[in-house]
Amino acid sequence: MLQIRWHGRGGQGAVTAARILGLAASVYENYYAQSFPAFGVERRGAPVMAFTKIDAGVILDRSEIYEPDYVVVLDSTLLGTVNVTAGLKPGGKVVINWPGAQAEQPSSSDYEYIAIDATQIAQSIIGRPITNTTMVGALSAATGIVSLAAVQKAIAEALPSQLAAKNVAAAAAAFNAISGRKHNAEFATR
Amino acid sequence: MFERKFINGNAAVAHAVRMIQPEVIAAYPITPQSTIVEKVAEFIAQGELDAEYIKVESEHSALAACFGAVSAGCRVFTATSSQGLAYMCEMLPYVSGNRMPMVMAVANRGMAAPWTIWGDHQDSVSMRDQGWIQLYVENAQEAFDTCLQAYLLSEDSAVRTPVMVCLDGFVVSHTDELVELPDLQAVQQFLPTYQPLYSIDPATPFTFSIGVAPDRYMEYKYSQQLGMDAALHLIPQISARFAAIFGREQAGLIDAYRCADAEYVLVTMGSVTGTARVVADKLRSSGLKTGVLKVRSFRPFPSKALVEVLSQVKGIGILDRNYSFGNQGALGTEVKAALAGNTAQQQIINFIAGLGGRDIKPSDLELMYQKIVQAVELDTVAQPVEFIGLRG
Repeated sequence: MLQIRWHGRGGQGAVTAARILGLAASVYENYYAQSFPAFGVERRGAPVMAFTKIDAGVILDRSEIYEPDYVVVLDSTLLGTVNVTAGLKPGGKVVINWPGAQAEQPSSSDYEYIAIDATQIAQSIIGRPITNTTMVGALSAATGIVSLAAVQKAIAEALPSQLAAKNVAAAAAAFNAISGRKHNAEFATR
Repeated sequence: MFERKFINGNAAVAHAVRMIQPEVIAAYPITPQSTIVEKVAEFIAQGELDAEYIKVESEHSALAACFGAVSAGCRVFTATSSQGLAYMCEMLPYVSGNRMPMVMAVANRGMAAPWTIWGDHQDSVSMRDQGWIQLYVENAQEAFDTCLQAYLLSEDSAVRTPVMVCLDGFVVSHTDELVELPDLQAVQQFLPTYQPLYSIDPATPFTFSIGVAPDRYMEYKYSQQLGMDAALHLIPQISARFAAIFGREQAGLIDAYRCADAEYVLVTMGSVTGTARVVADKLRSSGLKTGVLKVRSFRPFPSKALVEVLSQVKGIGILDRNYSFGNQGALGTEVKAALAGNTAQQQIINFIAGLGGRDIKPSDLELMYQKIVQAVELDTVAQPVEFIGLRG
């Protein structure tokens, strides 16, 4: 089973992102999935968590995620207050929204950090700094757990029609940015 | 035949209601139930369900409105949680005592104080003796499936008893997962249109909800037990019929998982059953003969079925997501009473966990099994009622 933990702030759409990934994996790929918010107090701006579980078979375990394979961080300012890598499996990936103007990107010998300026992508395509769908596209490229096509179909189903097209485009932009980066890295090592 | 949807338990219940086609719905919003009746209201607004949605000022009025509508011969639906169910308490025995068929979804939530919106079984378990059938589900699919079965059960002429379909707040109500929705035709084949035995009709007046003197009262109460007896008999049959039509196995009264040769069994209710299955599998692979016994029907209580599964087991853990203050968990009391005089010497521990939405982790369940094994090895139970997962 693959376990993904989402970190964001209330209002940034972490719960929706967790749901879109589960929808993509289950209805638009052939997996089973679960998604749910961390059942805590939710307030706009306060740190929130959400979870997605993906497996080839029926998922029976209904407990929260304590040892994720991947962590997605929608808001880099959370690094100062939340231990986003808590329980992350060794070699696990952290896909993080890292707006360009900030200082050096986080790194670690235990985990792989994949940073992307999702705020810039969301701002330019959607017109708002809401990065949840952009980060689903980034996760898709960084891990390959679901295809971009499945993510796009899931976004189109999950969001109101007037928002869907731009969010689908934002997810694709993030996917292509990270895929291109991987392609370039492979090319460079040849 | 099926539509695969990625939805949560509340949406699954709402889709079931859409296909069951009740004529009257009355409800008052309360977390974690609210999104059930919001979705049902949306179905009505979009023309996907032709029903009267009565907006009321309280849960008490919601159940009173449903009682009136079912007395007039309508199929009805309502849903609530926690303090909302407590507020319905006065109306609950009116519905059951008048032998009115009805289904209510209870998205289980702990009771205040301290105030909480998160899940445990204290709300519905504390309404145990109000004459309603209580079925507890494990996941969103079972929530959908059980709603359909609950109407067939409730409306059976020998049963005529209202049913609570209980789904864990958040862990089932707000967790998205794959749910297979059958088409309407198959649902209608399984659940025919409701035909009331009696209904309010000015042309042929009856008295409903009468007052009786001591020379009559006990017979009414005895007849309610006969309805429960009929339900005990009918629940496995309805589950079998459902499985034949929809091709999905159903739990019936209980679901015994890997219990045939088990030495250590954990008895569960609701969503924690799934996690317990995973833990039992893991312990099996390390050589322990573990099993899980899910109680789906808490009322009527399936004592006989339970004793058949548990009679040869060495050690039993009973997991309660509720507590009867001054004694033990409600399921603990029930299971021990069923076993009394029916089995050999066994070690039994009543575990209390997951109150007010506290996550029950696989490691918590492993600890429970360890404690059961230890009690069997020592031939004694150190602590017959034990809270698991308390803060240190």
